Amino acid sequence: MKQTGAAQTMDMAGAPEIHKPTNVLRWFGVAVVSVICAWIVYQILFNPGFQWDIVGTYMLHPSVLSGIVQTIYLTILVMVLGIIIGVLLAVMRLSNDPLLAFCSHSFVWFFRGTPVLVQLVFWYNFGTLFPMIEFGIPFDGPKFIEIPANVAISSFTAALLGLGLAEGAYMGEIIRAGLMSVDDGQTEASKALGHRPWQTFWVVVLPQAMKAIIPPTGNQVIGMLKYTSLASIVALPELMHSIELIYARTFETVPMLIVAAVWYLIMVSVLTVGQHFIEKHYSKGWRRQEQVDG
Amino acid sequence: MADMNLSQNLGGSTSAMHEMENSKPLVRCENVWKKLGGNDVLKGINLEVGRGEVVSLLGPSGAGKSTLLRCINAIEYIDRGLVYVDDVPVGCEESSGGYMRVSEQRLSRQRADIGMVFQNFNLFPHMSVLQNIIDAPVRVRKEKKSDAIEHAHELIKRVGLPEKANAYPRHLSGGQQQRIAIARALAMRPKLMLFDEPTSALDPYLTNEVLDVIKDLAQSGMTMIIVTHEVRFAREVSDKTTIMGNGKIIEAGDTEQVFSSPSNPIAQDFLSNSL
Repeated sequence: MKQTGAAQTMDMAGAPEIHKPTNVLRWFGVAVVSVICAWIVYQILFNPGFQWDIVGTYMLHPSVLSGIVQTIYLTILVMVLGIIIGVLLAVMRLSNDPLLAFCSHSFVWFFRGTPVLVQLVFWYNFGTLFPMIEFGIPFDGPKFIEIPANVAISSFTAALLGLGLAEGAYMGEIIRAGLMSVDDGQTEASKALGHRPWQTFWVVVLPQAMKAIIPPTGNQVIGMLKYTSLASIVALPELMHSIELIYARTFETVPMLIVAAVWYLIMVSVLTVGQHFIEKHYSKGWRRQEQVDG
Repeated sequence: MADMNLSQNLGGSTSAMHEMENSKPLVRCENVWKKLGGNDVLKGINLEVGRGEVVSLLGPSGAGKSTLLRCINAIEYIDRGLVYVDDVPVGCEESSGGYMRVSEQRLSRQRADIGMVFQNFNLFPHMSVLQNIIDAPVRVRKEKKSDAIEHAHELIKRVGLPEKANAYPRHLSGGQQQRIAIARALAMRPKLMLFDEPTSALDPYLTNEVLDVIKDLAQSGMTMIIVTHEVRFAREVSDKTTIMGNGKIIEAGDTEQVFSSPSNPIAQDFLSNSL
């Protein structure tokens, strides 16, 4: 590169340096936050109400641990159910078929419009509406399978249905937004190459939609992990219900709630790390640091 | 190796057996009508493109050029009329006296034989250049992956970007992306190539590198329909030129004849303003 003209100089020392102004408010803020932090630490250390010895005893208590397993298990199943329903709802809603779009819209309207707690208790009491769950010809025709509802709907299935169907409605909206974020030109290019409709969806559109779907889905998983505590209302022994059973017996309510909070925090932290890696995977082709040549 | 593939693309123009077939047009549009948003965008289009012919579609914006192009591979459905490619109607079939639209599944097989290049390139951003090129040959044509990769490398070399095989589209300039998009379409060994304003999204400097690739392709004998605003380029590269105005073909014929003595006043106006 040649310099063009005498006006261009390389004299850095001659260029005036630009300083940041000192921020007085910042120092005031630091002082306030420090005092608050000190107070929290003081309370945690010296308030006898926390009963840290009891927290320690129950952290690894067998019924707490089995509650955690149940919580994780329920979260995974609910999310799998929710994502499957969500994909179906999104595809139906975006299809050109007005009947499918109507069904999808109605599902979302109903399951997003009623409280999850109500749905959960409703499923638990399904037997009062339909004492027998039957598969066969409707309107008193012959039946192929009949199961008593109170056998089919355990507290676990009630929790799975109550949380899963509502989650499906929310996931449907998240996935729909993701699919719509992919440019129409991508679909056209895929069609022009001879991809079949499901190949266009699976190979071209969905992987690109994932970039927009993953962050809110991570949010949903974290939310669901805590929402599973609603299942304590139908006596499912997940983490929250296990904790409740213990403090109902020992009256050590605060330390037991701390045990629950600490465990939820640990699980959420692990999920957050996992989400980071999944997001990295699906941002392939968009990142700056990728090799330009191979 | 590249030459061998090229001669396959030609539809075997050297073979005597194909002489008779060669005289038939590859693309035939018969009285094509298309409505978009309540307006007639195509009003009874009749168009023939012979094998190995390069046809330019010119005309003012909104004349229906791109729509016509998109109807030829049924990315856009037509309302009335028929489009034949290789004597097979695209997107529909005869049934009990009328014509019925075929399923998207069937249509995808017809589209696989027609390459298309878009104004906005539309490379798949989540795939590397190589993956972009081999995906359809492997997934749709069921080619062996190693063969597809070999063919892809030839094509990448042919469009002048041999070092970009593992790059992602984002890291390429617009001109480079468009050249890769052309290579991706060629990887399917199409009988026909459709270009939808391939240089409209590029600056003049990058336009030339893409036009060179298209020129090279025209010389290889590929049948092509090119919608473009590069009127000078159209005159240079195409055998036939068709000018559209307001949903109709207003001028068509051999390129030199159309350019030197257009008969339609709108076509005259368009050409004198474009050159």
